[in-house]
Amino acid sequence: MTSGRLLAFVIALATVVLIVAGTFGQVQSVLAKAGAGSGTDLLRSPSSPQAAVENLADEIARRDWDTAYSNLGNKSEFTETDFIRDLSGSYSSLRSHASLDSFDVRPQHASADDAQVRLNLRWSTVVGMFLDTRDLRVARTGDRWAVMWPIVKEPRVPPQVIPVNYLRWDVIYRGSEDDWGAQDVESPHVRIVDMHPVDRGGGVVILGELLNEDVVPAFVTVKATLLAKDESAIATEDSFDKISHILLPRQVTPFLIEFHNVALSQVDSVHMQPSSTLIAASADPVVEIEDQQLNLGPQPTLSGKLLNQSGQVVNVAHVLGTFYDNSGQLIWVSDGYVERALLPETPVSFAVSVPPDIASKVKSERAVTTTYSSNRFQ
Amino acid sequence: MKSKLTFLLGLIWVAGTHLAGAQTSGLRLPKTVQAGTPFSIQSAGSGKAVLYIVGPAQVLRRDVQLGETISLAAGDLHNAGHYTVILVGGSSTEDGAFDVTAAQPAALSLIAKPSRLPVDLHGGISGVAYIFDTFQNLVLQPSHVSFQLAGVAGAPQTRTVLTQNGVAWTKMNSASKEGAAQFVARVGNIADTRVIQQVPGDPCSLRMNVRASGQRLAIETEPVRDCSGNAVPDGTIVTFTEIYNGGEATVDVPLKRGVARTEMPAYEGATISVATGVVMGNEVRWGKE
Repeated sequence: MTSGRLLAFVIALATVVLIVAGTFGQVQSVLAKAGAGSGTDLLRSPSSPQAAVENLADEIARRDWDTAYSNLGNKSEFTETDFIRDLSGSYSSLRSHASLDSFDVRPQHASADDAQVRLNLRWSTVVGMFLDTRDLRVARTGDRWAVMWPIVKEPRVPPQVIPVNYLRWDVIYRGSEDDWGAQDVESPHVRIVDMHPVDRGGGVVILGELLNEDVVPAFVTVKATLLAKDESAIATEDSFDKISHILLPRQVTPFLIEFHNVALSQVDSVHMQPSSTLIAASADPVVEIEDQQLNLGPQPTLSGKLLNQSGQVVNVAHVLGTFYDNSGQLIWVSDGYVERALLPETPVSFAVSVPPDIASKVKSERAVTTTYSSNRFQ
Repeated sequence: MKSKLTFLLGLIWVAGTHLAGAQTSGLRLPKTVQAGTPFSIQSAGSGKAVLYIVGPAQVLRRDVQLGETISLAAGDLHNAGHYTVILVGGSSTEDGAFDVTAAQPAALSLIAKPSRLPVDLHGGISGVAYIFDTFQNLVLQPSHVSFQLAGVAGAPQTRTVLTQNGVAWTKMNSASKEGAAQFVARVGNIADTRVIQQVPGDPCSLRMNVRASGQRLAIETEPVRDCSGNAVPDGTIVTFTEIYNGGEATVDVPLKRGVARTEMPAYEGATISVATGVVMGNEVRWGKE
């Protein structure tokens, strides 16, 4: 009887312990998910420049704009709306739908009342991560440190009318009532004008360029199959987003197809399958890519500015860089997304990373961009 | 359908085996019958029998009186092919066969490929015509098919081809002038038409002009045409590239109203080039040498 009471007491005690542990663990998990790292971080006092910046980053991660803005040392210089627009974008863009994945704080310089801190914000989006680096001045006020936010005000486009000669293609496909011999609209004719397999990073990379040689727009994909000497297929992959999928007449896109864990020595031949579908598309917007430069260094990039020459806001822009050596041979293709919307006639910077060993061989480069506007197809 | 037919033939075979020895004599069948036409089968003997006619996608069963003429009405048999006739009498089974051939041409299907191609392409258009009768049987009897490709200008191209096993085919050249061409195949007074879009070919002698426009350069191509003088269609992408001291600017511009125009930054000594697809145009050096 005594042993039974003891067992009941032990079970009850264990239950209480598990409930407490579970509840506490859940709170920790929620806080961690909110980007806080741990619950105690939320309660950290801004008693050092680093702590003040970390608190701010935590608040940004939680999208607690009110708290983040109210703790800034220079909030009199801009409104909370400006602050939110700086981080989330004024127009719908990748930035608007991004969540802060992680951040790191790097003190640069500090004195008794003033410090310079670099804040690296790594934002997560559907097309991958992008890095937002801010160099912050942190000032001491009494026993607290406050961050001076370097506001980046997104330009606003003044009300105006921009005339555009709108050009688009619409398609009427074959109907079920048509005679069996009636041909459907012809798929656009596309052609691979360049292709090179490269052994790289423990895998094979297929680089190439595809031309739409037709007079209609095409939705294109490129698939490649590596074949062994006995003609058996080793692997099949496609270009996924390392290509501009919508090609207007006579437009050329680079493409890159990656095969992991395959040695080029295993490959006897490559079977390329470009495919194209006729789609309804628009010829606008036109985007100029200016100030293109290859920046050598430890982390080479192709940088430049995108200038939307049309009158419509571009929500997402994808930049593809094609790199050639001094013999004119294609040696690499890289890509990147621009996280801010492209406003009419407003330059937006971009940078596409290039592998250091490739960058040293680049003689010339070409950038192309594809765009997505939420209020229109393409 | 196939299993049902097998089952039916099995039944016929069983019935024939059981009735072996019944009084019947020879069947008189036509060698060929045109689809949809009436015909008759002459039987001999006396007594009752069952007539089965088994053909492609069609089986007929008739109770008949031996010794009489069995008539089949127009439209009873309309699928062309080889037919087997089995007459199951009281004590014996007779069989025979005949062919049903297609009736007169009543329909024509033209398959034309491609539906869109560049101008001035020799043998670039293929046309295949299939001749059918009113019951959609392929007409195997040779017929003369006239193909005609008529464009927006020039004399139409015409070919006359004899069908082989119900099919006639030919190749045509695309015209030198762009536009929709009517591709017609005709047998007697039956015709089928397809539309072939003849589009301009690669641009020829692509040229641009550059002038200052405030702080920038206004760049505009001359009207872009192919080597036959056809205007390259609007929407075709023209790429302008400007290479200046340490930098580069590019822009892909669609042709609108026959020309591509854009603005680019003005740099002294910059080189501006123009291209469309894999065709290069002229190059302009801006400002001082």
